[in-house]
Parts: sequence; structure tokens; C-alpha cells
Amino acid sequence: MIGGLFIYNHKGEVLISRVYRDDIGRNAVDAFRVNVIHARQQVRSPVTNIARTSFFHVKRSNIWLAAVTKQNVNAAMVFEFLYKMCDVMTAYFGKISEENIKNNFVLIYELLDEILDFGYPQNSETGALKTFITQQGIKGQLQTKEEQSQITSQVTGQIGWRREGIKYRRNELFLDVLESVNLLMSPQGQVLSAHVSGRVVMKSYLSGMPECKFGMNDKIVIDKQGKGGATDDAGKSGKQSIAIDDCTFHQCVRLSKFDSERSISFIPPDGEYELMRYRTTKDIILPFRVIPLVREVGRTKLEVKVVIKSNFKPSLLAQKIEVRIPTPLNTSGVQVICMKGKAKYKASENAIVWKIKRMAGMKESQISAEIELLPTNDKKKWARPPISMNFEVPFAPSGLKVRYLKVFESKLNYSDHDVIKWVRYIGRSGIYETRC
Amino acid sequence: MTDSKYFTTTKKGEIFELKAELNSDKKEKKKEAVKKVIASMTVGKDVSALFPDVVNCMQTDNLELKKLVYLYLMNYAKSQPDMAIMAVNTFVKDCEDPNPLIRALAVRTMGCIRVDKITEYLCEPLRKCLKDEDPYVRKTAAVCVAKLHDINAQLVEDQGFLDTLKDLISDSNPMVVANAVAALSEIAESHPNSNLLDLNPQTINKLLTALNECTEWGQIFILDCLANYTPRDDRESQSICERVTPRLSHANSAVVLSAVKVLMKFMEMLPKDLDYYGTLLKKLAPPLVTLLSAEPELQYVALRNINLIVQRRPEIMKHEMKVFFVKYNDPIYVKLEKLDIMIRLASQANIAQVLAELKEYATEVDVDFVRKAVRAIGRCAIKVEQSAERCVSTLLDLIQTKVNYVVQEAIVVIKDIFRKYPNKYESVIATLCENLDSLDEPEARAAMIWIVGEYAERIDNADELLESFLEGFHDESTQVQLQLLTAIVKLFLKKPTETQELVQQVLSLATQDSDNPDLRDRGYIYWRLLSTDPVAAKEVVLAEKPLISEETDLIEPTLLEELICHIGTLASVYHKPPSAFVEGSRGVQHKRLPGSAGSGESVDSPETTSTAGVSDAPPAVIPSQGDLLGDLLNLDLTPTTAGPPPPAPSSGMQLGGMDLLGGGLDSLIGAGFGAAPAALPASFSAPVSGGLDDLFDLGGGVGMPMGAYSPPKSVWLPAMKAKGLEISGTFARRAGVIQMEMTLTNKAMSVMTDFAIQFNRNSFGLSPAGPLQVLTPLSPNQSIEVALPLNTSGPVMKMDPLNNLQVAVKNNIDVFYFSCQYPISMLFVEDGKMERQIFLATWKDIPNDNESQFQIKDCHLSSGKMA
Repeated sequence: MIGGLFIYNHKGEVLISRVYRDDIGRNAVDAFRVNVIHARQQVRSPVTNIARTSFFHVKRSNIWLAAVTKQNVNAAMVFEFLYKMCDVMTAYFGKISEENIKNNFVLIYELLDEILDFGYPQNSETGALKTFITQQGIKGQLQTKEEQSQITSQVTGQIGWRREGIKYRRNELFLDVLESVNLLMSPQGQVLSAHVSGRVVMKSYLSGMPECKFGMNDKIVIDKQGKGGATDDAGKSGKQSIAIDDCTFHQCVRLSKFDSERSISFIPPDGEYELMRYRTTKDIILPFRVIPLVREVGRTKLEVKVVIKSNFKPSLLAQKIEVRIPTPLNTSGVQVICMKGKAKYKASENAIVWKIKRMAGMKESQISAEIELLPTNDKKKWARPPISMNFEVPFAPSGLKVRYLKVFESKLNYSDHDVIKWVRYIGRSGIYETRC
Repeated sequence: MTDSKYFTTTKKGEIFELKAELNSDKKEKKKEAVKKVIASMTVGKDVSALFPDVVNCMQTDNLELKKLVYLYLMNYAKSQPDMAIMAVNTFVKDCEDPNPLIRALAVRTMGCIRVDKITEYLCEPLRKCLKDEDPYVRKTAAVCVAKLHDINAQLVEDQGFLDTLKDLISDSNPMVVANAVAALSEIAESHPNSNLLDLNPQTINKLLTALNECTEWGQIFILDCLANYTPRDDRESQSICERVTPRLSHANSAVVLSAVKVLMKFMEMLPKDLDYYGTLLKKLAPPLVTLLSAEPELQYVALRNINLIVQRRPEIMKHEMKVFFVKYNDPIYVKLEKLDIMIRLASQANIAQVLAELKEYATEVDVDFVRKAVRAIGRCAIKVEQSAERCVSTLLDLIQTKVNYVVQEAIVVIKDIFRKYPNKYESVIATLCENLDSLDEPEARAAMIWIVGEYAERIDNADELLESFLEGFHDESTQVQLQLLTAIVKLFLKKPTETQELVQQVLSLATQDSDNPDLRDRGYIYWRLLSTDPVAAKEVVLAEKPLISEETDLIEPTLLEELICHIGTLASVYHKPPSAFVEGSRGVQHKRLPGSAGSGESVDSPETTSTAGVSDAPPAVIPSQGDLLGDLLNLDLTPTTAGPPPPAPSSGMQLGGMDLLGGGLDSLIGAGFGAAPAALPASFSAPVSGGLDDLFDLGGGVGMPMGAYSPPKSVWLPAMKAKGLEISGTFARRAGVIQMEMTLTNKAMSVMTDFAIQFNRNSFGLSPAGPLQVLTPLSPNQSIEVALPLNTSGPVMKMDPLNNLQVAVKNNIDVFYFSCQYPISMLFVEDGKMERQIFLATWKDIPNDNESQFQIKDCHLSSGKMA
């Protein structure tokens, strides 16, 4: 299991060091600094073995988190834990920065004591942790006996993510379907790979211990229902349903029930959390198509023309559109003409960045640029990195639709109808690239 | 709150000031001081001098302060054991506190203090806490047992904590169960043979129930523990699989991977014709693909594991090629791993797409990645025959880019393509020759020289080309020198008239001016061959070479099996067994996949293919020697940095041609021969020259003690020379039967089976009277005593020395040769007693010219007794 956990700043000075196991000594702290943080070459692996000691590291802005072990630990678990540690810290004091870590080092030690015991991760749900680890220290003295046992039963209990007795005057919930659409397209316009990775994020402000059921236009579910109902109905709904390649759920979802009935039922944590993640690869609506044209005119000039076409309902508006056209390292000057938006050559980033604030569906826009090159005797050809794109659209490119989210709370007197529900769809570009 | 100020004070006399502050009456000041102490401790300053003062602060109602003091104690108690005792009372008191959080905190901290005297006091509170009414305390106490076991294992056993821990597996609270499982698993690791984690269907059922209810981390503990269980039959296996599959949808990647591990292992037991088997296979792919959308570090772990899974069960991912396409912004470690998997998945169906991608990658920036991409194109050509032509033309395009390292890499892989498809793509040689001057890496130079030598008859100026290399012969690396020597000899055999001078030059360079023994030996062999029998030389040097195999960097099957049992762990990331990087006894047990329940189907599973008989054709899949050797070496060497292991040498080693047992070369087998397979240089000329080297490498006989009636066992075959099999033995005569008594020891990391033995013809016609009786597989570090009865009815051939015996032993790994000498006395019959008169008469009957005399030295026995 994890033998120790260290946090360093960008210079390699140690900010937090917590050792859990006897086989990890103080020299491990220095070994990581010397071999990884101060390494001359870029790190080639997130797992490093130095003198029979394994170091797992992740980086958040300037901060290095490293978990150390001498045993054959579950590597996936260690990384999941490090991410979780980052989440917990962010939930407590915001951005992970040197300043914040130094300011909260007592708290961090307290957290590390609680969520790792002898290197074994324990309950790390922020909701539960915040009930007894506070920035004012444990409120142990102030608690009554019931409160204490309530805390311990939540920390160890089956529903570790929610405490009892939550009350809201207005029962409300927000569902955000956030998708990122990824594309890799050949210069000829052939889709090399495309997938959507989506998340359903829920903000719940519900009283008591509500039992929820979530439904979407999952092909498997719709087809199953279609079999029972009228045939033409099945055909109709079949068009709107989507094939989900795979999905994963927050630990509150009863996985065995999903496996057997494909129904998503759960008791939600209070506040914001990620209910599910999913991935689709079929019938993706690609919101934009990029058509590149790069022509080399002699050795010192490049002509680039890029057309983007929006491919969704004309009534919808895409926002924050940005097209990034890479330029060679030996670029000396660029002239750009674009029909819409603003385009600029950014020498430090070796790219022409073209920004458009808004664009409706079924439209087209174009940019053309002349790139002057300095003559070089470098034999190596320019690698021609792909043209990438960023955007945000108000629909789900996978076609996912929320069908229902039912809330049942038998003990309190509010019903599904009393709950105010909001649903929002946002599609963003993930890695959206076209080779040129 | 600006606690960061505690990090900044560095002035002198600080310790002194802190001491004063710690003893202050004001609570706030005390707390501030303790914070400063902890901050100094963090940055590595020694504040152990403050021990008594800090411990004095322990008696407090302020929990935050208490926790800080505990943190200090955990760090320094070991260096100040006597002082640490001062803290015991507070701990014991806290273990009785009405607040469960404080009880747990006390027992948790106490377990972290590694001072013998404290552990004694820990036992009673721990016993109480294990039975505490509050689950939070119980789950903490469960882990504490593991802590205590780490400090004093005997104490834990004596106090009966292990039984209490076992009881906790049936606890009503899932988190207590999970922690108890984690603690037991860890303790069990250091007692490999104990039946501590007594997994039976009832406990398994309890674990599976807890699995649905506990935290994500608890699920990982339980799944990792389940993976150690071996179901009794396929039905049990299936029912566990059914209950584990829902975990594949968990958001935590580690839960998913651990579930995959359980499924991959238990799947072995399911009959392949079962519907459920197919369903399960289909269910595995999507979650594995989903792992690739996780954070890059986890992607890396996932990819290393997918690499193993693809080797074990290629069918799972065969349609998922696209997800392994490299993204421009992937970190380099993800890119390299994806590339590796792409090559493994390449098949006729997707080769066009793969090639287009690889070509794209070959123009990227990162040198390592580009090289690997170029190499991958070559591998595709070797793997998918239909694509070879396109691959070659792609490689030629890349050579045209004139990017130095691309050209060199391309030439290395084209050499391999020639070895797979001889006489097919020679048209490209001209292009290759144009780039001769730009090659500066030994591997590329050696490859180019090999090509020139191999196709010397079609290259008009081959002699000029090779001559140009010869100028700087002594500055070249050994690899290039050896290649150059062989290539020029080849050239000479093909065009003897024009190249006589050249060959003499290279032979003298190699034999007279070089101090490299390999080079010298090879030079002499060629020289002698050429001077004694040029026809034979031609047959040897220009012999038809075996084609290289498709996959050369597959992980050795037994290692692969073991790694599959370690999915998700560091072993699966390093692709090394835990014993290679874990110190001490922990985790050194070797895990194996359970056998298949399907009748007879296991024959075609990869792990058994290598057990084919000695005389059979060499197995289709030859694990790269690099892996095997690397693992053996790693046992002793401390690995420095273990990023992804370097790509295995792309040359396949064909050992088939060296199976000399049935050949007519028996008389050549020397004492040193056992070393041959392991000592082969991993260069591409190994099949030819490696074999030759060893043929002539005839060491002297093994010095054996002679004359003793039943000499003590001596080592005949050291493990170093026989891939981990060590044989020591002796000869004895028991009840009129000659016996060869051997101890076989498995010092390798994989199980050995299928032992057989055979003798070469020898002076007295000794031969085994029965097969070698090794019935059970020999597991690692196990040894077995075997007595092999011998008779003297075998074929006879005079040996020198007379009592020399050459033995071949085979197991599932390879064939090994050694020679030993038996005491002549062993051959004497017991009933040879004669009357004195008859003996003398018989003695006299022997003609006088048969008599020879020699002196026995250092003999303390009287001559009469000797007779």
C-alpha cells in the first residue's frame, strides 16, 4: 500500500510529507526531487522506480503530488487516490497552489490522517469529511453523542455520501448534460475517429433521503420497452434513441440494478456531484466541419485557406468558437483575411488564432492567410500539426436526451411533482482536430 | 489564516525559542509553537530535541492540537523510545473516550508508533476497539492489527488478533469488512503458506455482498482479495463473474481494473463453448476503452494493462483499433504505449488505417516516438504479409525525408523485413546504399552491412562499400565489427576472385589487432573454415537462414500469466513479476491462472505450446530472450529507473537450428554447451554465428572428484546456464542397480514441467533404464530428489576421459546439456568376490602386454585392501 505521500512546490521544496510505512525513509523525499522534479529530461512516465522504491506522481499547476511505495500496490488505485486528494483539497480551500497549501498545512495533515490509514484509502467523500474535519479543527467538544454516532455511521455506512436530516424549503434539482465531442479528421474529410465523452452532473437540493430514478433515451432501454408496446411506436422512438458504448456511475448508483435491469436508481449526495459518465461513438452530430487547404508556394511561402461549416439547426447558436491554425517555426510574417470574427497570428504559440463569438447553424465562414517563411537549411520538414477547434453548442452532440428524473421520498410529505427540475445541455469541443 | 509564515522562520536559536513557547501557559501560543514544529519537521529539520516539550502538550482538550502532537509522535517516537512511554497513558485514556472519533484516533496513532514498549500497551485497547460498538472504531482497529503485525508478527498471533480479524469479515458494516479484508490480505502475504485468508464459498459470498455496499476503496480491497481465490468449478466461477461484472460500470478506474482482473482470471475456468463466456468477453471491451478517457496517468496504467490483456486474449480488443490512435496532445508515455498496442492489434482487416496513422506519426517531433513509429511500420510488414509491400514503400518514402534518425530506423527495420521475406524487395537496396554515409548509429550501420553482405552478389560495388567501412574498423562498436567480418566472409564466398585481399585484411584485423574475444574467436573460426574446407565454409556461412517469427516481443507465457493475476498493480505497469522490484518476502509468491475446465482445450492455449517435445519444431511463439534474461538479472540488480522497459530487440532468436541432440554432432557437445541458448548475443546473426561460436567453445571437462564410492552431490548444471534449472547429482550403486541420483532445483520464476533425460553414447553403454520420474511440476524455488536407474545396454563409444558421460535434460523451457564423470567403481558388480586362488589364476591369464603401471599417490590404504 501507499508508504508515504509528499507534496512539493515547483522548485522541489517539500510542503507536506506524511509517511505511513516504516519502509519509506526521509531519503525518499530527496530521491524524487533529484530524479523527477530536477531531472534534466522531461519525465517519460508517471510511475518512476528509484532504488526499488516506486513513485507515482501527478501535477496540479505548479504543485507535485507524489505517492511512494515499496510494495506491489494497486497502481490504478494510487492514481485515483491522488486525484481524489486533489478534489478534497480543492473542496476545502480552492485552488491547489503553494500559498494555499502552506496556509492549510495543518488541515492537510488532518485530512491525510483521516483518508489514508496505514496507506489504505478510507472514506474520502468531501460531504462526509466536512462533517467532522473543519477548518476550525474537529468540533469534537461541541457534539452531542447522537451527532457523533451520526458522523461515524455516515463515514462508515452504506450511504457514506449523504447525511440524514437534510431539509430544504424548496426541493429543487439541476441536471447538466455536459458533453465533449472529440474528432480526428483526415485532410480529405474522412472521420478517422470520433467519440463523445459525456457527463451528467447533478445539483440536488432535496430533503430527507430521496430515492431517485434517472431515465434517458438509451437504446437498450427503449428497445426493451418497444418490444412490449406498439411496433410503430418502437420504430419512432428507435430513431431518437442512442447507443451508449459504455457508462460509469457515481458510487451512489446501484450497479447491480443497472446490470440486471439497466435502470439507474440512487440516493443522491447533497449538492453538486457527477452522476454518470458515458461514451458514445455512433451517430455523433459533428457540430463543425473544418476544410483545410495548405499550399506551399516555393520554399518561403505558405498559403492557407480554412473553411468552417456549422452543422446543426439554424435556430441554435454556437459560442466561443476558436480555430487554431499551426504555423511553421520559421514563420516571419503572416497576413490574414477572414470574413467573420477576429484572427491574429500569435508568434509565441506558433499559430494563427481565429475567434468567432457566435455562429448560427448551417452557416459557413472562411479564413485565408499568407505565411512568409524564413529560409532555413533545416532538412527536417515541418510536422504540420493538426488544426484544432474549440466551441460550445447548446445541445448534446451524442443525441442524449433526459427522459425523466423521478424523486421518491416516502417519509417526508413532498412528491415528485413538487420538485422543481432543470435540465441543460452543453456540448463542448474536446480534442477536435483536422489534419492538414 | 496565514499558516504559511511557519515555513519561513529560519533564524538561529529557533529551537530554543520554540522550547520556551511550547512551555508557555497560553494555549494559543502553545498551539502556534506546535504548528511551527510540524512545519520545521515537514521541511526536514531535526526537531527531535523538543520531544519532551511537545509530548507535554498532549494532555489537551483541543483536538486540533492533539492531532498535531500525535503527528509529531509518529515521526520521532522511534528515535526517543523512552520518552515515548510518557505518551502511553494518554493513549490508553483516549481509547476509553466516549467520543468514537477520539477512540479511533488513539488506536490509529498508537499503531503507528513503532516502539516495542508501546506495542505492549496497545494490545488491550486494541482488543477492546476490535469489538467496539461503533463501526468507525472497528474499521480503524482492523487496520491497526496489520500495523501491529508489521511491528511484531508474533505478538499478533499470540494475542489471537488474527481470529478476531477473521471474525470481522462477517461484520455487519461493509467498511469494517473491507478493512478487515485489506489487513488480512496484507498479513497473508508475509505468510505465504498459512491458510489465513481461508477463502471458501461462504466467505466469498460475504465478500460479494459487502462489495455492493462499501466505498470505492473498499471495493478495490475486496476485488483484489477475490482475485486470489480459485473457484472449485466452472459453475462457481461463473456465478462470481456474474456478481462482479456490474463493477465494470464504476466511476473509479481502479475498481474497474480490479474487476477486470477477477474476470480475466476466473474466465480461464469457463468452458469456451459456453454462451456466457462469449457474453463476458464482449462486456470487457467497453470499460477498458472508457479507461482511456481518464486522466493521462490512469490512461498509462490502463494501457500497460491492456497490453497484457491483448496478448492473453486478443479477441477482446480486436475491433477497437481506433481508440488507440494517438492524439497530438497525448503525453509521450501515453503515445508510446498506444503505439505498442496498435502493433499488437494490427491485422489484415485494419492494416491500411494503421499504416496511414503510423506514417503520420513518423513526422512528429518527439524522437523516441518517431523511431518507434518507424519500427512499427516494419513490424506491420512482418506481421501482415499482404501489407509488406505497402510498408516497404512507406519506409522508402520516409527514407527520402532524409531525417537522420528516421533513415537509420528505417534501415534497421528493412533488414528485418528482408529476413522475413528473403529475395523479394532487393530492388530497394540501391536506395538504401545512397544513405550509407548518413548512418552513425551502430545498429543501423550493422543492419546496412548485413544487407550488403547478404545480397553481395547483386550489389556491384559491394566490395567497395564494405571496404569503406573497414577503414575505421577499430573505432566501430563490436556489433558493427562482427557484422563486417561476417559480411566480408560472405562476400568472399560469393565472389572469391576479387575479394581475397579484403577478406585477408578483415581476418587479420579481427584476429590480430583486436582485443575483443568474440571477434577474435569468430575471426579464427572463419579463417580455419576457409583454409581447411571452403565448401563446408560455404555451407555454414551461406546456409539458408530460418525466417524470423511474427511477434518477437511477446512476454513469456508464464510471466504473462502471472502478470494477468496482477492486473492493476505495479507489476502490470512494469511488466515484471513483483519479486523483481519488491524487497523481502512480500508479494514474492507467484500467482498463476487456474486451469481451464474445458476438456483438452487447454492444449492450444499459449502456456502449453512451449511444452512441445524436444524433437518437435520450435514453438511458433518465441518469447524474446531479453525479457527472460532481464528478469533473471533483475533479481540481483537494483533497477535504476524503470520507465517503460526498452523495446525488446527486434530480432527473433531461432533456436530450432541448434537442437543438436538428434543431430550428428553429438561428439562435439562440450561441457560448456549448456550455456549456449542463454549466452547468445542478441544480434541478428545469432542463428548462424551464435551457433558456430558455441560449437567451438569446448571447455575442458568438469573437474569431478573421482574414486570415492558414492561421492557427495556436486553441481552438474548450474542454474545460470540452464534458465534457472539447477541439477546436482552423484552416482551410486544400490542393490545391484546403478543409480544416478539427482537433485533438481527450480531457481527460475516459472513452473517447470515435462522433464526428460537422455545420454550420449558413452564408454560403457550407460543409458537410463526408465524415464525420469518427475511427476509433479517443479514450482519456483522447489527442489526434488530423483533417482534414475541405469543399465549398461546402450550404444558404446569411447569417451575421453573414459568415465565421461554427456547428458541432455529437457523440460518445458528448453533442452540443456552437461557432462559429468561417474566413478568407475559404480560399474563393478557386487558378486565379483573370488577365491584367492582363482583370482590369482585369472590375473595371470591376462596377457602381460595388457599390463601397465602407475603410481597411486596420497593413498593411505594398504595395497592388499585395495585389491
